[in-house]
Amino acid sequence: MQLSTLPKTLPNRSPTEISSIAEPRGLRAGGGILPLRIEGLSFHRDGQALLEGVSCCLDHGRSTVVLGPNGAGKSLFLRLCHGLLAPSSGRIKWLGPAAVRAQAYQAMVFQRPVLLRRSVAANIDYALGIQGIDRAVRESRVTQALMMAGLKRLAGRYARTLSGGEQQRLALARAWAVDPEVLFLDEPTANLDPATTRAVEDVIRIFHNTGTKIIMTTHDLGQARRLADEVLFLHRGRLLAHAPAPDFFADPIHPDAKAFLKGDLLW
Amino acid sequence: MEEIRAAAVTALNMVLGFDASLAEIVLLSLQVSLTAVALATLIGLPLGAAIAITRFPGRRFLMILMSALMGLPPVVVGLTVYLLLSRSGPLGEFGLLFRPTAMVIAQCILVTPIIAALSRQVFRDLCEEYQEQLRSLGASRIQALRTLLWEGRNRFLTVVLAGFGRAVAEVGAVLIVGGNIAGETRVMTTTIVLETARGDLALALALGFVLIFIVLMINAAVYITKDSSEPFAD
Repeated sequence: MQLSTLPKTLPNRSPTEISSIAEPRGLRAGGGILPLRIEGLSFHRDGQALLEGVSCCLDHGRSTVVLGPNGAGKSLFLRLCHGLLAPSSGRIKWLGPAAVRAQAYQAMVFQRPVLLRRSVAANIDYALGIQGIDRAVRESRVTQALMMAGLKRLAGRYARTLSGGEQQRLALARAWAVDPEVLFLDEPTANLDPATTRAVEDVIRIFHNTGTKIIMTTHDLGQARRLADEVLFLHRGRLLAHAPAPDFFADPIHPDAKAFLKGDLLW
Repeated sequence: MEEIRAAAVTALNMVLGFDASLAEIVLLSLQVSLTAVALATLIGLPLGAAIAITRFPGRRFLMILMSALMGLPPVVVGLTVYLLLSRSGPLGEFGLLFRPTAMVIAQCILVTPIIAALSRQVFRDLCEEYQEQLRSLGASRIQALRTLLWEGRNRFLTVVLAGFGRAVAEVGAVLIVGGNIAGETRVMTTTIVLETARGDLALALALGFVLIFIVLMINAAVYITKDSSEPFAD
């Protein structure tokens, strides 16, 4: 991901607004939770190994894209890292100084955004309230987040009447408001058209440019090329490659990864 | 035909003129059924939620039982409550039989399984939809519960109104435990049964009008609350 490319496609945002949100944010002073070390991570269900022996270490700075065909275990991997599921065996360790409060430093955006039955602004305010953030501070954080995602104009709208792309941007704005050190994204554009996909990718870039660690899954090769600094290639629950993106796309080494890049069906 | 028309005119006059005996019956009906539904909600909603979000031995059996109890015949409930409350019954000493309280108890027993079973379904759907997101946001169990109740408010309202519909329209249970005593335990449905049998069609028909009107209003209320709070959603 190039640091210099600021989004040009997001609607309703003046250049000054963009520069004001492109600054790295200092809300996480005193060290966070990264790096993330994963050791021998496995997940079994009904005697079937859905994820087996995954080990890797993820650190600041580079955005990580988890790539692989359907059913490779990508979403599962993300949910395990985020703590939504408990692994059958193996360990997920946050090594930073704030590791004891790891949950508060992470956010996740799901494939299908889950929005509450209230206004756009109230959805963001809710997330801040859950984190125990003072009411007085919340309003400005909500406004900032809405501006970042280009949703200021829609602040008072009922969230569930937004279009698919707007809903996903609201989910991103909600994540932005809580200022996570690590942002997980599970196929965030799987249901969106190309233009909307680009708008969402722009928001993801803003996160990256302001210092949030991106860990996302996709099966969209173009998206992986656009956003990845490093690639984790999963296939049938196993980690087959962990490489810098340029290297991976130039020569994925593993035959299954090669076949995936060529667009062959993997079974 | 002439007789029916005359009865209908008298009935309309009674409704429009707020006939005292009619009003008394309608008010008692609403009082009994609303109280019963309120109690059933206090029991059934937490019960449904608990069954939806916890795992314990016998949970499946309880779910089947609840679904089966949704179809409880009112007369059987009436008979059971009658036996419990009658002089020689285990709860006879309280002297509740043929009192509105007995009618509330009977309707509450009828409605609780409906509210519990439907609430469980609503809760399960809500959990499926929100659980991961709420956990990801860092919500505690209490916070999540409060959010789900609020998010599902319209669906829970529908559940409660379904219970009320059942309570206000049933006749068997209140007839047995209430005894249909004039001025004491007469409600709309029992009066309709009695007056029809006696051939006084005007009062029966007037009560029929009121009953249908109330049911219509309830359904209208459900739609309006849904539309105003969830434009285009669901």
